[in-house]
Amino acid sequence: MKRTIVNIWNFYVDGFKQMTWGRQLWWLILLKIIILFVLLRGFFFKPTLAGKSDEQRSEYVGYQLTERE
Amino acid sequence: MVETALVDWSRLQFALTAGYHWIFVPLTLGLAVIMATMESIYVKTGDEFWKKTAKFWMKLFAINFAVGIATGIILEFEFGTNWSNYSWFVGDIFGAPLAIEGIFAFFMEATFFAVMFFGWDKVSKRFHLAATWLTGIGAAISAIWILIANAWMQHPVGMEFNPDTVRHEMVDFWALVLNPVAISKFFHSVFSGWMTGAIFVIGISCWYLLRKRERRFALASIRVAAIVGIVGTFAVMFSGDSSGVHAAKYQPMKLAAAEGLEKGGEGAPFSIVPGVEIPGMLSVLATHDIDGYVPGIEDILDGYTTSDGVSYPSAEEKIARGKSAIEAFGRYRELRDSNPEEAAAAREVLDANIDYFGYGYIDSRDELVPPVDLIYWAFRVMVGLGGALLLLMFVVLWAERRKRLEDMRWLLWIALLSIPLVYIAGQAGWIVAEVGRQPWVIEGLLPVKAAVSSVSVGAVKTTFFLFVAIFTLFLAIEMRIMIKAIKHGPNIEQ
Repeated sequence: MKRTIVNIWNFYVDGFKQMTWGRQLWWLILLKIIILFVLLRGFFFKPTLAGKSDEQRSEYVGYQLTERE
Repeated sequence: MVETALVDWSRLQFALTAGYHWIFVPLTLGLAVIMATMESIYVKTGDEFWKKTAKFWMKLFAINFAVGIATGIILEFEFGTNWSNYSWFVGDIFGAPLAIEGIFAFFMEATFFAVMFFGWDKVSKRFHLAATWLTGIGAAISAIWILIANAWMQHPVGMEFNPDTVRHEMVDFWALVLNPVAISKFFHSVFSGWMTGAIFVIGISCWYLLRKRERRFALASIRVAAIVGIVGTFAVMFSGDSSGVHAAKYQPMKLAAAEGLEKGGEGAPFSIVPGVEIPGMLSVLATHDIDGYVPGIEDILDGYTTSDGVSYPSAEEKIARGKSAIEAFGRYRELRDSNPEEAAAAREVLDANIDYFGYGYIDSRDELVPPVDLIYWAFRVMVGLGGALLLLMFVVLWAERRKRLEDMRWLLWIALLSIPLVYIAGQAGWIVAEVGRQPWVIEGLLPVKAAVSSVSVGAVKTTFFLFVAIFTLFLAIEMRIMIKAIKHGPNIEQ
C-alpha cells in the first residue's frame, strides 16, 4: 500500500519535473485561479445571501418574490 | 419592481460568461475523441507515427483545457451574487449537479489527464489508451450534470415547490435525470463538440497542406477528424430533431419564435428564409406528422387547442392565475403561524396555480414573446452553418481519399477559414436555446426579472467590463500559445 502511494507520488513529481511547454500552462492556470478566486470572488462577487441562516434566506427570498409582483 | 437595466446587464453578463465558457468546452469534447481515436490506431498498428500525431493534438487539447478550465466557475459566482432569488428558489437543482460536476471532473482529470500526459513511457500502451479515452468520457460525463440542470429550467420536472422554505425540492430523481429535454440537450451539445473538434483539426491540417508541411500528418489527421465530424454531425441532426419535438411540446413559444410563426395551425410551413417556405415541414419537424398542429405566437398568446383536444389558456388567463398563485403564496406565509386554516386555504390556491406562478410577474402579454428576429436568424445560422460544414467534411474526405486534396488549394482555404464558423454555429445554438426561452429563467415558474438579485446596476456593469477585459486577455493568451504550438508543428518526419 505504502509502495503504491509512493509510486503514485513519484509519478506526479516526475511528470511535473519533466514538463517543457506544459509549465507555462500551469502558470496560466495558477494566474487564472488567483484572478478568479482572489480578485473576483474576494472583491466583486459577494453572495447576496451570505451570512444568513436558511430561515432568513427563505424569508428574504419570499419577501423578494411577493414584493416584486 | 427591479430596474430593467439591472435585468439586462445581469443577463448580458451571464450570456458573456456562458458564451466564453462554450468556446473551450466543445473543443475539449471533440479533440478528446479525435486524439483517442488516433491513439487507438497507434495501439492497434504499433506505428509510432500515430503516437506522434495523437501527441500533437493532445498538446493543443491541453492548451485549450488550461485556458478553459474554471471558466464555468464564474457562472456559479454570478448565481450567488446576481441571481440569488433564482439560486434559492431552485433548491439544490443547480448546487448539487455543479458540485458533482466539480468533484467528478476534478478526480477524473487529476488521474486520467495526468496519466495521459505523464504516463507515455511509464504505463502500458493499453492503460495509457484507456486513460486517454477516460479523459474524453469524463469531460462528456461532467457536462451531463450542468445540462440536466439547464434542461430542468427549460422543462421543470421531478421537483416540487415548498412555500415554507421557498425552495424547490426533489421528489423524483429519475424524472429529473431522464428529463427528455436533458437527454437530447446532452447529445446535441456533446456531438456538436465532435463537430467543433473535427473542423478545428481539419482546418489546421489544411493550413499545413497550404504551407506544404507535415503532409502525412495533415492527411491522416483530416481522415480521422472528418469521419469523427461526420458521425458527430449526423448525431447532432438526430438530437436536434428531438430537441425540436421537445420545444414544440414544452416550449412552443420558443419554436414559434425560431420560426417567426405568427399564426400556426395544421400543416405548418417551415421558413428557410423570409418568403421561402416548405409547406407542412414545420409540422413534420415539430410533431413528426405533416398534419400536426403547431401553434404560432398569436395562438399561444390567445390560447389554443391541439389536434388531440388539449387546450392551453390565453396569456391573460395565465397571468391572472399567476397573480393568484403569488398572492396565495404571500398570504400563506403571512398566516401559516397565526391562522392555520386560512393558510391551508391559501396553500390550496397556490398549489392549484403553481404551474403559472411566474406569469404573475408578467405585466403584459408582449413580455411573453422573446426577441423573434434574433432567435429566427440564430436558428438559421446554426442550421445553415451545420449543413455547410457537413458538406465541407464530406468534400474534404472525398478529396483526401482521391488524393486530390493538396491540389485543391481553394478547398484548403475554405477548410481553414471554417474554424471560426463552427464556433459561430455553436454560439448561435445556445442563443436559440437561451434567448428563445425568455422571459423565463425557469419555464413558467420564474421570469428573469423576479430571479435577479437586488444589487446595483453599477456593480453588475463593473464586473461585466472586468470580465470583458479578463476574457479578452485570456483568449489572446490562448490563441498566442496555440498559434505558436501550431507553427512549431508536430515535427514528424515526412
